[in-house]
Amino acid sequence: MTTLTPSISASLLAILPELVILITACTVLIADLYTRADQKQSNHTLTLIGLLGALLAVGFVGGSVPTAAFSESFVRDPMSDLLKGAILVVSLLTFVYAKDYMRDRDMWVGEYHVLLLFAVLGMLIMVSANGFLTLYLGLELLSLCLYALVAFDRDSKAGAEAAMKYFVLGALGSGMLLYGISMLYGASGGFAFADVAAAVASDTVNDKILVFGLVFALIGIAFKFGAVPFHMWMPDVYQGAPTPIVLFLSSAPKIAAFAMAARILIEAMGGLQTDWGEILVILSVLSLALGNVVAIAQTNIKRMLAYSTISHVGFIFLGLLAGSEQGYASAMFYSVVYALMSAGAFGVLLLISSKGHDVQELDDLKGLSDRDPWLAAMMALIMFSMAGVPPMVGFVAKLLVLEAIVAQGMVWLAIVAVIFSIIGAFYYLRVVKMIYFDKPITEVPVVASASARVAITFNGAAILLLGMYPAALFSLCQQAFAG
Amino acid sequence: MLLEFPWLSLVIWLPIVGGIAVIASGEQNAELTKRIALGVALLTFVVSLPLWFGFDASTAAMQFVERSPWLPALGVDYYLGVDGISMPLILLTTFISIFVIIAGWDVISYKPSQYMAAFLIMEGIMVGVFSALDAILFYFFWEAMLIPMFIIIGVWGGPNRVYATIKFFLYTFFGSVFMLVALIYLYFQTGSFDILGFHAAPLGLTAQILIFIAFLLAFAVKVPMFPVHTWLPDAHVEAPTGGSVILAAIMLKIGGYGFLRFSLPIAPDASASLDWLIITMSLIAVIYIGLVALVQQDMKKLIAYSSIAHMGFVTLGFFIVFAIFQRAETAGAVMGIEGGMVQMISHGFISGALFLCVGVLYDRMHSREISAYGGVINRMPWFGAFVVFFAMANAGLPGTSGFVGEFMVILAAFRADFWFAFLAATTLVLAAAFTLWLVKRVIFGDIGNDNVAALKDLNRRETLNLSVLAVATLAIGIWPKPLIDVMEPTIENLVQQIQVSKLPEGSDLVTPPIARLQP
Repeated sequence: MTTLTPSISASLLAILPELVILITACTVLIADLYTRADQKQSNHTLTLIGLLGALLAVGFVGGSVPTAAFSESFVRDPMSDLLKGAILVVSLLTFVYAKDYMRDRDMWVGEYHVLLLFAVLGMLIMVSANGFLTLYLGLELLSLCLYALVAFDRDSKAGAEAAMKYFVLGALGSGMLLYGISMLYGASGGFAFADVAAAVASDTVNDKILVFGLVFALIGIAFKFGAVPFHMWMPDVYQGAPTPIVLFLSSAPKIAAFAMAARILIEAMGGLQTDWGEILVILSVLSLALGNVVAIAQTNIKRMLAYSTISHVGFIFLGLLAGSEQGYASAMFYSVVYALMSAGAFGVLLLISSKGHDVQELDDLKGLSDRDPWLAAMMALIMFSMAGVPPMVGFVAKLLVLEAIVAQGMVWLAIVAVIFSIIGAFYYLRVVKMIYFDKPITEVPVVASASARVAITFNGAAILLLGMYPAALFSLCQQAFAG
Repeated sequence: MLLEFPWLSLVIWLPIVGGIAVIASGEQNAELTKRIALGVALLTFVVSLPLWFGFDASTAAMQFVERSPWLPALGVDYYLGVDGISMPLILLTTFISIFVIIAGWDVISYKPSQYMAAFLIMEGIMVGVFSALDAILFYFFWEAMLIPMFIIIGVWGGPNRVYATIKFFLYTFFGSVFMLVALIYLYFQTGSFDILGFHAAPLGLTAQILIFIAFLLAFAVKVPMFPVHTWLPDAHVEAPTGGSVILAAIMLKIGGYGFLRFSLPIAPDASASLDWLIITMSLIAVIYIGLVALVQQDMKKLIAYSSIAHMGFVTLGFFIVFAIFQRAETAGAVMGIEGGMVQMISHGFISGALFLCVGVLYDRMHSREISAYGGVINRMPWFGAFVVFFAMANAGLPGTSGFVGEFMVILAAFRADFWFAFLAATTLVLAAAFTLWLVKRVIFGDIGNDNVAALKDLNRRETLNLSVLAVATLAIGIWPKPLIDVMEPTIENLVQQIQVSKLPEGSDLVTPPIARLQP
């Protein structure tokens, strides 16, 4: 037992970012008890410091050599470094965007910060999971926080309904995943991804059980991503939940979901790529089709963005199903970029919501360029990026995915993807059209705090500059899957 | 020294950075904003001049080349260069942009700084399209071009502008995404996105035909060719004058340029086997669209249809080469492509000028209906003179640039097939009919109504604009040699390139382009 002490300290070092978040969450929880209701600024400041600290910790412990911790149940590798960094940045943006909105609606309380921080912690654990048990732990920590957050506006019936739907369907998804994990455990005798990978590689293990487990695990993944036909919860949750929660829900957890997919599908079941690749073809084509087509019919912008998310998930799956390092890296690039775009889009919606008025309908965006030219420009930039128009990063993300699937000889799939991109371009353009060409329906000036404006500018600049210089981020994504 | 300085980057990024500066200057001081914009446009033109004077017209090789890695993981480079095809088009872009800025000077009162900035950014992007030698860089600029144009038409356009601009965007977006897939496919055939590398890559006939169709979708929409031309009249009618000028004078040329840079050299065998399709589409554009132009009630629409007909001539010139090869001739083929190129440059001047003329009338009377005018020359003699001149040029009067290109294409068409030439030549009749009838109804006759009676002749700015364009039209019409000399080596090289089959050895599916029609 003498060797345990150094390995514990090494393990603790590896989970430094998680520790920082955990300590911050506990500190906020306690500090909140001792602050008066009108002095909640300290929660906000503490949270931001914690997130920044975690970001620094990610940089501090990061490196190209993977380190495992806690008896191989936890791993820190280049993929986890990048994804954790992205999750923390997007979460920081969330807190900054959401501040005024939550404060105006009396929801800017300690619990909100604590729940969000625990959700972040859950995601960080998911990203670094080295076995199914750790992964499930992180996933449930994230999900439970999100269920509560969706219902955070206690007086909102739509919010309660959305939370109920999300909880029931989310629990179903988790159940499926758990069932799949139990199959895989039965076949391989271990929870570590490496055990399952070894079982897949060996000839003695019954392939049927593995594939059975794979299918259920994949359903769980598809639920969390919101891929068709497991997407039913998304539009209602997006519409019913408070916008800041939707902002959070639609951005960072997609990165975590990518990590989950990458760990399960690539690390544990890379040997079954042909099996899950075929399933993903169906999921991605359906998601692209349904997401893009149904989004056109929406008048509620949050619902529209929900369907838009579904279509982007289709693209992420396309990258995964290519089954090459290039494909995995492109899917990872896409998830990170998507989280940035989604955070920006909902961020703008938050900033233009005024004290008495929630931005819900597309019509609320009409004439935004007259009310606030800068926010209008940012929203237009994000919409063009989502549509995949250069020089925005959304184009590069699509290009990388398309290239990965054409490299595998699936030209037809690339053509299907671009056809649905054309259809998708229409509803993004419609938003730009409303912002720039229509007359505003309200003359109320937009009140947004300076910090939120700085954040949205950073967000927009990131989308534009990553589009013009994608090489650095993409080479990080490639490192994650190299070798 | 002249060749090593990154002139192309300068010509691309100067107007883009200038445009951002113009936006940043805000709307408070409109006069200052306009001056900055004009200064940037003039400066861009000046820095594009070294491309002409430093150009070595004795070689077909790319010049002013700049190359540095951009997305190394995918073999995407920031790779620029010009040859005899792209260089004149770049100069056309920087030249016309000046007049667009001047034309918007007094007219645009709503957010003038954003208006000017959109055109400057557009200018830089269009130069980027013409000079990109990396396929992804090309696509980058190609698609980015849509954004400023979308905004220009949508914000400063006419009453039906939203419909027109969304139609414009979706049509062109539709065309180009297939090109993207084709480019990615070519990347896997050659291992890089180098366009010149694509030219050299051997490809089977099926692959070539699919690639050709993907390119055709992109370029035919842009040119636009019959039957995907319907966005153009809408976009032109609703666009502000400057937008129409850029659309007609430069953006349409990008489609033609695409055929020369991509379709012909990358898929020569497919071009040879599908040339009938393009020739048919071109002849329909020349004749049918010419007839459609005849019955238009709206001046801008009429000129828009006339543009489609003239661009039909350009694509005809490009694609008759294969029929000429049948007769074992290359001089005629070179002439056809050169004619198409001259036609593109000349149409840039003439259509730009005609749209400016319509803009002059529209600014005064806010109507584009032909019937709202009549006898304008009684009040605006100078203006009338310019309109008559440009109308003649549009109809292809010898001595104007309009004649040179059409004449070369018709001559080349005779070497391909008598009937091609015969049908193409009907344009001389049709173009004369619709332009002269337009002039008769708008300019000549008695003063139509009181509004016309109150018209004032051209102001200084308008006179300057139209006279410079008139001089350019005349110059190319009288002495086209410098222009043709610059293009000749590149086009000869292109013709040699497309004569050689790219099909892999031993593939029996296939007949080489020259042998194709032989019995």
